[in-house]
Amino acid sequence: MAIFSVYVVNKAGGLIYQLDHYAPRADTEKTFSFPLDLVLRPHDERVVVAFGQRDGIRVGHAVLAINGTEVNGRFTADGKDVLEFLGNPANYPVSIRFGRHRLSSNEKLMLASMFHSLFAIGSQLSPEVGSSGIEMLETDTFKLHCFQTLTGIKFMVLADPRQTGIDALLRKIYEIYSDFALKNPFYSLEMPIRCELFDQNLKLALEVAEKAGPFGPGS
Amino acid sequence: MSRSPGRKQENHKISRELFVLTYGALVAQLCKDYEKDEDVNTCLDRMGYSIGIRLIDDFLARSAVKKCRSYSETVDMIAQVAFKMYVGVTPTVSCNSAAGNEFSLILDKNPLVDFVDELPAERASLCYCNLLCGVIRGALEMVHLAAEVTFLQDRLKGDAVTEIGITFLRKPEDRKHRRN
Repeated sequence: MAIFSVYVVNKAGGLIYQLDHYAPRADTEKTFSFPLDLVLRPHDERVVVAFGQRDGIRVGHAVLAINGTEVNGRFTADGKDVLEFLGNPANYPVSIRFGRHRLSSNEKLMLASMFHSLFAIGSQLSPEVGSSGIEMLETDTFKLHCFQTLTGIKFMVLADPRQTGIDALLRKIYEIYSDFALKNPFYSLEMPIRCELFDQNLKLALEVAEKAGPFGPGS
Repeated sequence: MSRSPGRKQENHKISRELFVLTYGALVAQLCKDYEKDEDVNTCLDRMGYSIGIRLIDDFLARSAVKKCRSYSETVDMIAQVAFKMYVGVTPTVSCNSAAGNEFSLILDKNPLVDFVDELPAERASLCYCNLLCGVIRGALEMVHLAAEVTFLQDRLKGDAVTEIGITFLRKPEDRKHRRN
């Protein structure tokens, strides 16, 4: 899955639409005996792997479930602290599931507003007048492409770095937005987009763009 | 004009007659609902405004035009691209003031009034196509250009041509600071 997610941000910087397109990353579940050879530490509201990467369990993965029951942040389902639980040899052998923690919707809202502010700063820092703002943010694992329309709406697509044709995809998403969100008389401007047709057409456009893939021009 | 998923982009055209008739029915109903012409005009303008704020994104998405750098570029864009795309006619543009913020669009053909020959006597100050004014006003507002749009001349009222006047309300220097 080369396109990871799509974000639509309104003029005020609020997230009005978000779609996660990637297949859920494989979680790894393993049985461990005392002592645990992974180093765990608390991070925000979760327990993450700090060191000891092996067998598909990577640094940064969070503890998702213990013995089949999902953990609640840093506590097990019965309210015990996860680190305490795993420090007690009486609880072993134990089966722990590790995986990448998914962003919650609040976190996504915050990140979208932060990007909106960065975008505004970016266009003001520009040495030339009339800058387009941040168009692409590149990292080693993904590229974030952003397109701001003349009306102030931002469309962001997070994709694989090798994925091509994202510019055309962004324009296509703009068209889909202007068709299925704006032309829907019951959709109020600047509000979260809850239109079924918009979802369907967007997913279709993403699939088309992915099929065109890194080997040729996007659709 | 709805596009069903899975189909290639085809332009499903609804008959123009249907649209012109719908518009006529709308105006006729508004005339029944409101006694005063100004109320009907205001209502049409408001409806046009809510169309314009949505239509602008459709226009920008389909025409992929670049940001206009001056008022005259903007008005040219409205006349040559937008009117052509949505109404099918290309009005001529003229600049009315030395300050460069008052323009006119002169339409010799207006498809909306194809079937109307003249206004009834009791509706002498009705602006039949006021919806168009609202559309232009709404669309301009979404790209941060405040404007007043009115009919300066109307063939239905006996004038020679139909003329839409666009007056931009902000000074051109202010535009540079309006970003994001």
